[in-house]
Amino acid sequence: MAEAAINAAAGGRGLWDGAWQRLKRSRAALVAAALLLLVCVLALVGPWFSAYSVAEVDWSQATLATPPSLSTGHWFGTDANGRDLFVRVWIGTRMSLLVALLATLVSVVIGVAWGATAGYLGGRVDGWMMRFVDVLYALPYMFFVIILTVVFGRSLVLIFLAIGAVGWLTMARIVRGQALALRQREFVEAAIALGLPTRVILARHIVPNVLGTVIVYATLTVPQVILFESFLSFLGLGVQEPLTSLGRLVAEGALEMESSPWLLLAPSAVLATILLCLNFLGDGLRDALDPRQRR
Amino acid sequence: MSAEALLQVRDLEVDFATSQATVNAVAGVTFELRAGECVAIVGESGSGKTQALMACLGLLASNGTARGSVRFAGRELIGADERVLNTVRGTGIGLLTQDPLSSLTPHLRIETLLTEGLLDRGLASRTDARQRALQALRAVEIPEPESRLRQYPHELSGGMRQRVALAAALMCEPLLLFADEPTTALDVSVQARVLELLAGVRDRGLGVLIITHDLGVVAGLADRVAVMYAGRIVETAATDELFSAPRHPYTAALLAAVPRLHGAAQARLAGIPGDPPQPAERPSGCAFAARCAAADEQCTRVRPELRPDAPAVAAVACHRPLPAAAGQR
Repeated sequence: MAEAAINAAAGGRGLWDGAWQRLKRSRAALVAAALLLLVCVLALVGPWFSAYSVAEVDWSQATLATPPSLSTGHWFGTDANGRDLFVRVWIGTRMSLLVALLATLVSVVIGVAWGATAGYLGGRVDGWMMRFVDVLYALPYMFFVIILTVVFGRSLVLIFLAIGAVGWLTMARIVRGQALALRQREFVEAAIALGLPTRVILARHIVPNVLGTVIVYATLTVPQVILFESFLSFLGLGVQEPLTSLGRLVAEGALEMESSPWLLLAPSAVLATILLCLNFLGDGLRDALDPRQRR
Repeated sequence: MSAEALLQVRDLEVDFATSQATVNAVAGVTFELRAGECVAIVGESGSGKTQALMACLGLLASNGTARGSVRFAGRELIGADERVLNTVRGTGIGLLTQDPLSSLTPHLRIETLLTEGLLDRGLASRTDARQRALQALRAVEIPEPESRLRQYPHELSGGMRQRVALAAALMCEPLLLFADEPTTALDVSVQARVLELLAGVRDRGLGVLIITHDLGVVAGLADRVAVMYAGRIVETAATDELFSAPRHPYTAALLAAVPRLHGAAQARLAGIPGDPPQPAERPSGCAFAARCAAADEQCTRVRPELRPDAPAVAAVACHRPLPAAAGQR
C-alpha cells in the first residue's frame, strides 16, 4: 500500500519529465529560452511590420545612411545603400538561425551515428573510424570549407553541409567516449543476451543514454556555427546579396562604425542576445540532464 | 546417457589476451545439462565460472577467446557467427545477471524492456506482446502489473527489479536459463522468493544453469553441482551426495566454511588457508595442492583428471579423494 503511494507520487516520471522539472527551476535557463523564442518569432514576423523590403533602397531620405528614427519608419536606421536595417537584421537573424540549426542538426546526426557506432563496436573498427576523424581534424577547418565552396560553387545548402561536415568531429569524439563506457554496462550485456541485433541495441539502449550530453553539446555548437558562418560571410564565402546574415551585417557595420554606429550596434545586439541565451540554456540543460542530479 | 543433453560443454577453455600475457580463465571445463534439470556451478570469485557461462553465449570481452565445444540443442555455439548466436540468445538461452538495477536499461519502460525481444523478431504483435508481458509479470508475482509496465526500472525495489529481469529473460520462452549469481545483490528475504521463482522455472521443464558462491542457494535448488577451482571443475555430484559425502578436499573445505546454526556457539568458522593461485601461476600439478592437507608429492607433480566416480553422474579430480561413504567433516 505504502509502496503504491510512493509510486503514485513519483508519477511514473521518466528521464525527460524529470529533466523538464529541473529545467523549470533554473530561472536563467527559462529567461534565456523565452528570449530566444522572442528572437525567433521576431526573425519570422519582424519584416512584415516594416513598410520596406530587404533589398529596397529608400530614395526619399536626404542621406543614404539615415540614423534610427520612429518618424521615418526606419526603426534601426538604414545602411550605406539606403536599405532598411530593421528588415535586414531580422532577415539576417533568420538566415543565421537557419544555418545554425541545420548545420548543428547535420553535425549531431553524423556525429552521434559515427561516434556511437565506433564506441560500441570498439576494437579495430573503432580504431579506423576514429583515425578517420583525426585525419579530418588535422585538415584546417577554413581550408576545407573554402575548397568545398570553390569546387561546388556557392550555395546556401552547401554552407549548411560544409559547416555541419566539420562540426561533427568533436561530437563524434564525445559520443564515442560515452558509448565506449556504456558498452561495458550490464544492461547492454543483457540486451545482447536477449539476442537483439546491433542496430537495435545502438538505437534503443546506447544512443538515448548519450542524448543528454549530445543536447548540451549541441546548444554549445549553435553559437560556434553562427560565429563560423559570420566568419565565412566576412570572407565573402557565405550568404550572398541581397540576402544577408547577422555575421555579414556585423562585418559591414564594422566598416561604417565611426560614421553610422547603429549599423554595427543593431545586428551585434541581436547576435549577442542569441549567443548568451544559448549558452545559458546549454548550462541549464546540462544541469537538468546531469544523471547525478536525477531523482 | 539416453537423450542428448540440452547443453553439452566439452573442454571449454577461455583465454584473455592482456598487454602482459595471456590469462587462462577457464582451463578445460566439461559438463552437461538436460531439460528440466538445474545444475549449479559453485566456486570462489576468479574461479572462471562466470567466464565459462559468458563463453557459451558468445559474450566474452573483446580480448577473450573461447576454445572447445559448446553444443546447445544440437548447435555448436563456439565460433558460431553472430546471426546464429542471436537466434540462440533470448529464444534459446535466457540470461539473468547479478545486479538487477544495472541489467535493466534505465531510460526504458518495463513494457519496452519486456517486449522488445518479441517485437524485434516479429514474434508477436504489439497488443499480443503486451498481454504476454502482463502474464510474465504475474508469473513472477509482481503486483499491479498494468501500472508496472509504464514504470521505469529505478522506480521498482531491488527484489522487484530482479523479478522483472527474470520475466524479461523468459519472455521469448527459452529452453534454458542461465542465472549468474541471481541472488547475490539481494537481501535474504528477497533471495528466498527469487529462488522459489527459479525453482518454478525448472519445474516448468526449462533447464537452469545457476552460478553462485552460495552453497545455501545450491542446496535449495540444484539437482547437480559442479565445483570449480582455478578454471577447472574439480568435482561434480548430485547435490545430496555432494553435501553428505564430498570427495574432493576443496569441496569438503568449502562445506566446512559454511556457518552453522546448530553447533558449538564458540566454534570458529573453518576457513581455507591460503589463496587460490593466479591464472598465470597455476602449478603443473593439482591447483589446490598448496592449500590441501592431504596433498603429497604426486599431487604437486601430476594434475588429476576429472574421473567418473562410483555413482554414475559423480566425478572427482583428485589423487587422494575422501572416502565415498560418510565423508569426514
